[in-house]
Amino acid sequence: MSLLSLLILIVASLIIGWVIPTRWRAYSIIFISVITIYWLQPGLPIRNLDFWLPTTSIILTVLVWLITQQISHGDEKSRKLFLGVGLFTVSIILLISLTRYTGIACCITPARPPPITHVLFGLAVAGLLALLPVMIPNTRRFLGIIAICIIIGFLIILKSPILLTAASANLRNLTGQPADLASSQDVIWFGFSFLSFRLLHTLFDYRSGKLPAYRLDEFVIYTLFFPALPAGPIDRSQRFINDLRNPPTDNKKNRIEGTWRIIFGIFKKFVLADLLALIALNSRNSHEVNSTLWLWLILYAYALMIYFDFSGYTDVAIGMGKYMGISLPENFNQPYLKQNLTSFWNSWHITLAQWFRAYYFNPVTRFLRSRPYKIPVWLIILISQVSTMFLIGIWHGITWNFAIWGLWHGAGLFINNRWTDWMRPRFTSQGNPNWINYFLHFGNWFITFNFVALGWVWFALPSPEQSLEVFRKLFGF
Amino acid sequence: MTGQKFSFYNNQVDLVRVLVKTAVLFLLANLIFAWVYPMPALGQISAYNHIFPGRLRLPYGDNPEKAYNLSLFNLDAMFASHELARRPKEADEFRVIFIGDSSTWGYLLENKDTLTGKINAANLQLPDGRKIHSYNLGYPVMSLTKDLTLLSYAMRYQPDLIIWPFTLESFPIDKQLFPPLLQNNSSVVQNILDQYQLKVGNPAKELKSPSFLDKTIIGSRRSLADLARLQIYGILWSATGIDQDIPEDYPSRQEDLESKTIYHGLNPGQMTQKDLALDVLASGIKMAGETPVILINEPMFISQGKNSDIRYNFYYPRWAYDTYRHIMSEASSENKWAYYDYWNLVPSSEFTNSAVHMSPQGTSIFANQIIELILQKAEAKHG
Repeated sequence: MSLLSLLILIVASLIIGWVIPTRWRAYSIIFISVITIYWLQPGLPIRNLDFWLPTTSIILTVLVWLITQQISHGDEKSRKLFLGVGLFTVSIILLISLTRYTGIACCITPARPPPITHVLFGLAVAGLLALLPVMIPNTRRFLGIIAICIIIGFLIILKSPILLTAASANLRNLTGQPADLASSQDVIWFGFSFLSFRLLHTLFDYRSGKLPAYRLDEFVIYTLFFPALPAGPIDRSQRFINDLRNPPTDNKKNRIEGTWRIIFGIFKKFVLADLLALIALNSRNSHEVNSTLWLWLILYAYALMIYFDFSGYTDVAIGMGKYMGISLPENFNQPYLKQNLTSFWNSWHITLAQWFRAYYFNPVTRFLRSRPYKIPVWLIILISQVSTMFLIGIWHGITWNFAIWGLWHGAGLFINNRWTDWMRPRFTSQGNPNWINYFLHFGNWFITFNFVALGWVWFALPSPEQSLEVFRKLFGF
Repeated sequence: MTGQKFSFYNNQVDLVRVLVKTAVLFLLANLIFAWVYPMPALGQISAYNHIFPGRLRLPYGDNPEKAYNLSLFNLDAMFASHELARRPKEADEFRVIFIGDSSTWGYLLENKDTLTGKINAANLQLPDGRKIHSYNLGYPVMSLTKDLTLLSYAMRYQPDLIIWPFTLESFPIDKQLFPPLLQNNSSVVQNILDQYQLKVGNPAKELKSPSFLDKTIIGSRRSLADLARLQIYGILWSATGIDQDIPEDYPSRQEDLESKTIYHGLNPGQMTQKDLALDVLASGIKMAGETPVILINEPMFISQGKNSDIRYNFYYPRWAYDTYRHIMSEASSENKWAYYDYWNLVPSSEFTNSAVHMSPQGTSIFANQIIELILQKAEAKHG
């Protein structure tokens, strides 16, 4: 996202938080969020896809709400509210699609939207789908499973270059475009990685009976909240909507905090990360660097770049949230200063790690522990940690390198866990001279940081061969 | 001491006051920056030659992400990043400085294959024991005034000999001030024009002095970013030795030509001495003072394709180039310039993507010729 786009969103969030009266706040956030998902959606070569993907994000959001929440038939006020929010959202979509006909003022979308008849047809189909959970309420649990499968299916396709190319070829056939030009770059769905995890969290909590009642406007704001669309964080709906319902009384404090976060975030992203990006490890310079020392340096540059880039965006998102009275969760907590890998993963992309802990790691561990035959603890830890990290790896993309990056961290976490368990009864830092403790702290930090930095070799490069070549150069063999 | 921990988030801070103070300080900083205008001084602060090895040619990059190099307009920064700024000349060094266009700079050539790269690889030594080291101060734009401007900076580095290869395309009066490098260094160029009373181009129109606003931090943001990027790219320059993105495949120099005979508005037979910036050459020689200058008409591609009876190549109609050579020959005799015409020295097969860009082999042929000239000149000067 460019600095200008970000500044526009910052101003929008400041206006919503400062100028717009509280009673209109929800509608303003929905309006800006819906506009943002169309506006930031990259242009795509497949006809009208850059309109339909954001539209699908909105439709999925509404469908998931209808599946997980009951429209109270007896309560006239809540029914009116549902209709109001629904019509408001549909009106924005129609308004955006009408920019097709506005000549010079066209368009909020990256390309001309489809004809209005197509949009009306699409919305009518979505409306029919929406009737299912409303008309036949006892299908909602089943529809929940279908929705989970569809969202995970979309995720798998979007993260796999092979499946993306195949999907692109099919879509090209559908639109009468040459299928032989299909590429994995043809389908980029803005914000779906984070949106899908919010929707899945809602569906999982609904199935386990942990989901409180939300209004549609609250849910739309939670899933499509514009500051958190590009790079998270992945908040929990319970916490987010609580903030929404209880706006802070001290707006001034929030604005000050938000301003500092935004300033730091922009500095991290657009000064530090962008400068480091010039020299950070990539598939091109990894071939060209001719000395071990420099290769280590550009690897460290990559490690810092990815941190400043991602945490910078998060800071800006948190700052914008604060302007609007919503405290988004922290995603980073000085991860590169941690002294073991477990602490690192408790402070790096915290909300993603927490999501996987809640919906994968804990259930799998519980499942393995509850088997009638006894599985050794170390094996349970191995299976849970390695498979969790494998999934976190392929969440970034279903490629060998992301998978290996996940396994690298999974193995690291397992070794760290076993080592800590083994050391605990044998060694204590209490009573040691200070210098020994300092040395140990430094050693722990050094090993952890370098393990993470070396992991980025898998993450940054496109193929295992290239990564192995970099490892060979780094260690001079 | 109140004992209260300082926090940016202290809710006693009034956001409006903070923003107003910040705005006032920023405005003040901009005014001071514009008043002092420290860009030349900032350009001299360089990690090159200290942390990173100096660059072997002046910064220039069409594709910075791949070239680890970029084009910027801060002449001080450009020279500070060059190996020439490494240290004062040593007693046993015979310093040869090359100025010129992209052919000298080495477009599509690695550093080892440029003219200076080839000459340095020859490890030449003079009879008095001094080692010949050549420095590449070519820059990929065709304008003698640009060469002269770079020479004015180069003279700070005590050259023993200056080699100035050029081609006709650098001579037209109307082309002298077109390079953005000159337009963005208007005061430097204007001083040179005034000092040598040169009448080239339209300085009032082409050399626009930066406004006060241009000199503020906001106005200079691009230049400041370029300075930072130049330093950062020093890391990859050191790590890879790459300073140019050389594609494996590129469009070849044009073999079949248009039948056009007009050259910079001149019809056949119209070119005279006054149409060429010969006084810029004379000024260069004057600027060099005691340091000898060798002027060279550089090799060019001679087409055998369609309309090659009318034109030599994409740049030149035959009549214009022949006239230019004649004018140069006469002028150099009149002025006793050390002028050498190597226009057809390199076979056509050794040109790459333009009529003046040579392959490594072509450059070798040219370099061997220049080596002889350097040795002759050095021995004549000190023998």
